[in-house]
Amino acid sequence: MHWYRKLSIKQKQVVWAWTFLAIPVLFYIVIRFYPTFGAIVLSFQNWNLLGAKTWAGLENYQRLISDPVFWKVFSNTFIYLLLGTPISLVISFVIAYHLDKVSFLHATIRAMYFLPFMTSAVAMAWLWRWFYQPVPIGLFNNILSSLGISQLPFLNSTFSALPSVLAPAVWAGLGFQIIIFMAGLRSIPQSYYEAAQIDGVGSWTILREITLPLLKPTIVFLVVFSSIGFLRIFDQVFNMTTNDPGGPLNSTKPLVLMIYDTAFNDFNMGYAAAQTVVLFTILLIVSLVQLYVMRER
Amino acid sequence: MSDIGIKASAATLNAAKPYNYNKRMEPAQVIRWTILFLGGVVMVMPIVFMMSTSFKWPHEIYNLMIIPDDPTIENYTYVLEDGRFYKWFFNSLVIATITTVSAVIFDSLVGYTLCKFRFRGRMVVFVAILSTLMIPTEMLVIPWYLMAKDFGWLNSYWGIMFPGIMTAFGTFLMKQFFESVPDDFLEAARIDGLNEFQIWWTVAMPLVTPAISALAIFVFLGNWTAFIWPLIVTNDPNLYTLPVGLTTFSVEQSVEWELIMTGAALATIPTLIVFLVFQRYIIRGVVMTGLKG
Amino acid sequence: MKSLKKTILGITAGATIALSSGASQAVEINYWQYFYEARVNAIDTLIEQFEAENPGITVNQTTFPYADYRTKVAAAIPAGEGPDVVQLFYGWLNDYVEADLISPLPVDAFPPETIRKEFFPMVQAMEKDGQYMALPTAVRSLALFYNTRLFEEAGIDGPPKTLDELVETARALTKTDAAGNITQVGITTGMNAQDHHWVREVLIRQFGGEPYTSDYQTVTYDDNAGAAALQWYSDLQTKHGVTQSGFMDEPQAAFKAGRAGMHIDGSFRIGALKKTRGLEWAVAELPAGPDGTQSNYSSYWVNAVTSKAEGEKEAAALKFLAFITSDNAMQIWLDTVGELPAKPSAGLTDANRADPVFGPFISGLAYAKTTIFANESGQRQVLMDAMQRILLEGETAENAIGIAAEQEQVILDRYYK
Repeated sequence: MHWYRKLSIKQKQVVWAWTFLAIPVLFYIVIRFYPTFGAIVLSFQNWNLLGAKTWAGLENYQRLISDPVFWKVFSNTFIYLLLGTPISLVISFVIAYHLDKVSFLHATIRAMYFLPFMTSAVAMAWLWRWFYQPVPIGLFNNILSSLGISQLPFLNSTFSALPSVLAPAVWAGLGFQIIIFMAGLRSIPQSYYEAAQIDGVGSWTILREITLPLLKPTIVFLVVFSSIGFLRIFDQVFNMTTNDPGGPLNSTKPLVLMIYDTAFNDFNMGYAAAQTVVLFTILLIVSLVQLYVMRER
Repeated sequence: MSDIGIKASAATLNAAKPYNYNKRMEPAQVIRWTILFLGGVVMVMPIVFMMSTSFKWPHEIYNLMIIPDDPTIENYTYVLEDGRFYKWFFNSLVIATITTVSAVIFDSLVGYTLCKFRFRGRMVVFVAILSTLMIPTEMLVIPWYLMAKDFGWLNSYWGIMFPGIMTAFGTFLMKQFFESVPDDFLEAARIDGLNEFQIWWTVAMPLVTPAISALAIFVFLGNWTAFIWPLIVTNDPNLYTLPVGLTTFSVEQSVEWELIMTGAALATIPTLIVFLVFQRYIIRGVVMTGLKG
Repeated sequence: MKSLKKTILGITAGATIALSSGASQAVEINYWQYFYEARVNAIDTLIEQFEAENPGITVNQTTFPYADYRTKVAAAIPAGEGPDVVQLFYGWLNDYVEADLISPLPVDAFPPETIRKEFFPMVQAMEKDGQYMALPTAVRSLALFYNTRLFEEAGIDGPPKTLDELVETARALTKTDAAGNITQVGITTGMNAQDHHWVREVLIRQFGGEPYTSDYQTVTYDDNAGAAALQWYSDLQTKHGVTQSGFMDEPQAAFKAGRAGMHIDGSFRIGALKKTRGLEWAVAELPAGPDGTQSNYSSYWVNAVTSKAEGEKEAAALKFLAFITSDNAMQIWLDTVGELPAKPSAGLTDANRADPVFGPFISGLAYAKTTIFANESGQRQVLMDAMQRILLEGETAENAIGIAAEQEQVILDRYYK
């Protein structure tokens, strides 16, 4: 280890860093990158899992570009992102912020908000689908008609289907975001708040000047992670539209569902791989843009 | 002196008292509590219906009454008498626990390194790891299967676990939370002669216990509910995880929802326990005295 | 002394012979199917009988959840991790055959002429290049389930025999509440269930058309017959108001809950209905068309021998396959699982034909067709979308069927290229 002692502090840091990273990097390369590279290669081939792979050049991509369903799916995916992320983050922050200030039955209330996240997505999807049914069995429509309001089609309309599917996704994800926000809020040293209290600063100002800025790493995490999550939405759509997958008329179909369908119903692995590459590219660009915009200045 | 000081202050975990606890009975506080509580009730309603459905006979499952006309525990006895249920439960428990421990350790280590060390290629490694979140698992399942077959990992606990022993999500989370650990503390420890590993484990980690607890909960949950990969990699039904086993209740052309609800209710119990155990660490927060403004 | 030596020698010799002959014949083969309790029991019974008759062969059954069974098999078999005998849905077989993952059944043990004679006509879809690829133990068909209590209440004598009677009967059975919402449907409809088969193989034919060419590679329902069939089907909801797509989430849920007068479904529904408390139901053949045409749709799961099975294992696998597609096996399957025998000799016995539940299904087998799908879920989606266009976008039946035909042809072309 003599060479180690001769290194400068900075260089020692680098050695330590790579030592720590050695096994994980190996893991990610073998378990994640290698298959990803395989998927990229596959996007230029034809394969149905059973036979041999044949080269297809840019065929899969050309087919993708000229497929109107793909463009609908593309726009659906972005709608999920643009509606889902802001709405869920705002709601979850408000809840986390106020929950932080409450102590009576705090643990119970927190568990109540987290419970949806913990329960099986399949079970929850069926429940929500049941709630969306028309009278006589649908909970929401029963409530509406008892108030004299006419029924809403929810899942049965190309217009309201996507928001109807998004709602349980937001609902389930709230627990996750609330917990992360709470962890973030509780990481802020009390001394800041104590100092502000002494100075007689109002709570709005505290929120704006102290809490939110100190919460920034948490916010960055949640924005990027939730965006990835909504762009990758699958479970809710898959389980709620079993009667008309991605429907009605492709109005709820996100990209991951299209990939799943192409891969496991059509068994067209090459085409699915091409769609995966597109998804990957979208996610990468969106995340990089977000990280750049929210970077530490 | 300083490292003892750090440890002492880090160990001064504050009880779950919000800083304005003396305002407990103010009207604003009461309103706040009530709205939060009602919100919680709304959040939980679907789960109440899920529990209720698990006590119903098939012909009643769409009945909107929370208490069924004809309640039964038949669904529970059916699921629990199935000897395989306990096996699935046990498998899921072992796998989820091991992967959680592994992920917490590795993700924290990598997150810490990406946050606190300056070296060339840092951003590249970070973005590369982040990018692994961007490939849907469905597309990775087949390459993993072939890989597992070549290495002889099929049909084993390790075969089910290996894709999950560390996570990009956790790495990202920990990296963000390590940002709030002041560099001064780490410097002080270095001056005191601790090596980098010791600094990470004894100084930095205790300061991010809320994040670690959150991570533990989420990784456990993710592995507890994993379905597609355990299904593909195991042939032996004795190795099924709980979600795979529970799909025996959805057969061709017909899904027995009351059994699915029962299974879901039973599956929630361990995650609830893990949550209840770990959540208090999130709430305790961390107090760092001696911080100069 | 002498006798003791002799005895010991005799025993040793005998033991050696017994052990060696056992060892040289002990073959183990694996059988895979998806998990469904009754099917598992049926196969267990058959394995017991088979092993008794073939002492040198052991059969291991492994089952997987139905969800993603196809993916599981498709991942395992090419990787060489599959079984020796596998149960596949008939629609998946082509891909496996093309990839040489399935060994065709040898003509000496499974002569095509004999099979053609002995099995129901739709099994012929399993023949390729003069050999049979796989054989089913049981087949399914469609029939009309009806709620006898609701029929009694409405004063209806018996199930409808023609399509017109069906509309009449449904009208008498539909109930709405004060606000005009349907609370009980006369007949269930839902393209996501069996109705798309009903439209394809039954209604289109009953209105004078053909859904596809005989090789199922070209769509031929883009004509008046197809439009008329889709029109009649959609009229049930839009004109007569006797049904509602998506009522009570799934058609079979509505029927199980006693909120549907009639319900078209496959024979696999029988087990679940028998277990439903408080439901009084009966079965009738599908109604005949305007000119008396009867048609039905049949689907089946087939047993195939994988190319992994070689030598002794292949011989054992073929023996097992022959056993589980024998008349005896089919009767056991019918009794245990409730699925119809694939051979008329087993199926059309007087006892079976007279059975009030199985009878209509079995009678339907005589004139049933099997659709050769390229991608069943994709082709089902096409008809689902057609209905959604009519219901949600006010599209006419002619246009809807035209669009559907186009979309389906794209799927077929891509597959058969």
